[in-house]
Amino acid sequence: MDGIKNKVAIVGMGCSKFGERWDKGVEDLIVEAAYEAFEDAGIGPKDVQAAWIGTVFSGVSAITLSPLQLQYIPMTRVENMCATGSEAMRAASYAVAAGVCDIALAVGVEKLKDSGATGVKGPSIVGDNQDGSSGIGPGYSAPASFAYLATRYFHDFGIKPEEGKRLLAQIAVKNHHNGSLNPKAHFQNELTIDQVVNAPIIAWPLGLYDCCGVSDGASVAVITRADMAKKFRPDPIYIKALQITVGARQGAMLQDYDFTHMEENVRGSKLAYAEAGIKDPRKELSCAEVHDCFSIHEMIVYEDLGFAKRGRAREDIEAGTFTLKGELPVNTDGGLKCFGHPLGASGLRMMYEVYKQLQGKAGPRQVKNPRLGLTHNLGGNAGTGVCSCNIVGNEK
Amino acid sequence: MAGITSIGVYIPIYRLNREEIGKVWGGRGGGGAKAVAGYDEDTVTMAVAAAIDCLNRGGNEADGLFLATTSAPYREKMSAGIVASAADFKDECQAADFTDSLRAGAAALKAACDAVKAGSAKNVMVVAADTRLGAAKGTFEQTLGDGAVAITVGKNSVIAEIENSYSLFSEFTDVWRTSEDKFPKSAEGRFVDDVGYLPIMQAVIEGLLKKAKLEIKDFSKIVYYANDVRQHAGLTRRLKLDKEKVQDPLFSDIGNTGAAAGLLMLAAALEKAKPNDRILYVGYGDGADAFALKVTDEIKKFQKSPVVSNKLTGKINITYGQYLTWRGMVPVEASTLPERSAISLQSRWRERKTILALYGVKCKKCGAPQMNQLGQNVRVCVQCQTKDQFEPYKFADKKAKLFTYSVDQLMPTLNPPGVNGVVDFEGGGRLIVEFTDCEIDKLKVDMVMEMTFRKMFDTKSIINYFWKAKPVE
Repeated sequence: MDGIKNKVAIVGMGCSKFGERWDKGVEDLIVEAAYEAFEDAGIGPKDVQAAWIGTVFSGVSAITLSPLQLQYIPMTRVENMCATGSEAMRAASYAVAAGVCDIALAVGVEKLKDSGATGVKGPSIVGDNQDGSSGIGPGYSAPASFAYLATRYFHDFGIKPEEGKRLLAQIAVKNHHNGSLNPKAHFQNELTIDQVVNAPIIAWPLGLYDCCGVSDGASVAVITRADMAKKFRPDPIYIKALQITVGARQGAMLQDYDFTHMEENVRGSKLAYAEAGIKDPRKELSCAEVHDCFSIHEMIVYEDLGFAKRGRAREDIEAGTFTLKGELPVNTDGGLKCFGHPLGASGLRMMYEVYKQLQGKAGPRQVKNPRLGLTHNLGGNAGTGVCSCNIVGNEK
Repeated sequence: MAGITSIGVYIPIYRLNREEIGKVWGGRGGGGAKAVAGYDEDTVTMAVAAAIDCLNRGGNEADGLFLATTSAPYREKMSAGIVASAADFKDECQAADFTDSLRAGAAALKAACDAVKAGSAKNVMVVAADTRLGAAKGTFEQTLGDGAVAITVGKNSVIAEIENSYSLFSEFTDVWRTSEDKFPKSAEGRFVDDVGYLPIMQAVIEGLLKKAKLEIKDFSKIVYYANDVRQHAGLTRRLKLDKEKVQDPLFSDIGNTGAAAGLLMLAAALEKAKPNDRILYVGYGDGADAFALKVTDEIKKFQKSPVVSNKLTGKINITYGQYLTWRGMVPVEASTLPERSAISLQSRWRERKTILALYGVKCKKCGAPQMNQLGQNVRVCVQCQTKDQFEPYKFADKKAKLFTYSVDQLMPTLNPPGVNGVVDFEGGGRLIVEFTDCEIDKLKVDMVMEMTFRKMFDTKSIINYFWKAKPVE
């Protein structure tokens, strides 16, 4: 088993403006991101040989998601909760690696703001399924389920809730600073610690700015064979690892799960590091886009992915390790905090940022000497998740 | 000799002070408080709590369960069956509803006693519960309260023998609700007392004394139903009863609990009774049922812990606004969150043991207790991955520790904010669950919780019952 490393490359990417795109439909978001990707790769829609389109709520089957007018090629809609965009890229990459096509398109899209609601519907409520619920799932919200992590992390590591809130606030402040430098972000405003700490509570101990927004957006990648990549551009980005790790609700059913980490994150990142040949992620990675759906989760991810020692993320947060100028910049584009979380789009939106960083095209957010970057999603809830962990590099 | 073998009681922890009602309507509120079922409680959930309390206090597993109420959640569908399922009775149990009369509690007690005497049942549990709703600004709003009581009748370990009984029916319209009415109505007070309540009660008591060859002075406690305090005192005067011997009707503490009221008073009387005491109990409503009971030595065991007196004082005082919201008396703004999926009767039927009696499974190979998840049965062990080697495992009666939680402003609930979290059961197993009946400031990691049968989110079709966790009192 030799994995995906260096078999395929990304040669073009596009990303729509994220936000409350009242005047744009799913079709507009896809076209906006895809044509940027086509132009970036120097191809046209007719060059695409297969496509995978990731969305959780905004379409069923690729026949409902065909604004690009791709003509009678294999197209499939994929879904894997918050890892949906990354799942689309994994499918496209595997198809190219298998040699069944040379140019594949990975599309991630979500039009959340047509629901008329401020939250995310459907399977985020445990116990519900589309054909009718048994009605027994607790009606907890997604913020509450991640708040469980904060309550327990604070308890286990002796952090007073008020201290904990200030600590988490630093993550929101960092991501908003990065987002303020990014014209594609939904939110481009700076925040202060006091603003974050004093914001209305959503799910105690998490406040408004501990939670990511609800947005519309799309992102698209053009995938080709690594050995063909330089025909398209001088600076392709090579895929080093693509991993998906799904829990079987162990954490929700067994008492040995501690609610201070996500086992899916730990397992997924270990597999990705092994596939990419990374020994020390904190040293070797140049930047990382991780799933900051809630500030507490970004903090836990630092530990789960080996960026910080277990129980000691606090020291790194306070030292500024993960800021733009820090040792390992995390969520350089502003993260889910500033882009919101259109579920199907987020994984590829993260990849868009890493792709630009590794090409040295991230403008005011550019990290120094980039070589390897990581994207990470976590779908589901604490104790029951799907993790995607992907690594790319600018050298073969 | 057939008699009462155990009693369990459930009174909601919420109280609405009558003063609070008076303040809103600019009138006199009256003294005391009414017990108010929580936003997620109804007759059935309270009945389940009383039934479980009764079983925990030594009630025998019964082969009959009679539910007495005037406020069943379904107009057409048995409630006793839901109670029997949630209290985990065997299928071989006669479940029956006694409804539509304030005398339903006494009627069910009589039927239970007759069944046991006749040998058609060994033990019968009578559960009486009511959540009657009075119209805003009215007398019933002040006087009515919510509560439930469960009494097992059998022949072994009897704490009070039912020596004799006597019944009268009387077609008399004093308090009523038609099938269209949401709130009870009442005839003029003096008419009700002078022609109806007082003479009927007098006749039934005299009839019982004659039948049992007893005199009123043979009784150390006299327990009887009345619609309100005034009517209750009126009968004491008319029969010249010794006030010391008359059981307090509990109206000041919890209100008139309808079909449950008389049996709750009887429970209170038994809590204080001595061996060989005689107790007279009379249930009323379109006639009356009178019972002569004799307390046995077994009462001492029963009195080791209080059954009613510890539940009379509420834990949480609510506002009139909360009360109106919980009872659906005022339309409130809907949640802005997307609606949940419709209820699937098929899925609920497959999961009935989990939903109604909170059963999971225990792996025979590794011993891990585990709850079914997502409305799906466990087929492969979450711990050792062995397929289909399970025995049923009940979580409903296990204490649990609060592992982590959140106070959730987004959770749709009639009593915001929602509270939910993770509980770890004694003996293994974990559940992510809604919390209820909790004082948010007092929640903390590691506190001990217990499971309670409640209504979940509104489905607009069936009543959606499941279990929640609440702090142990």
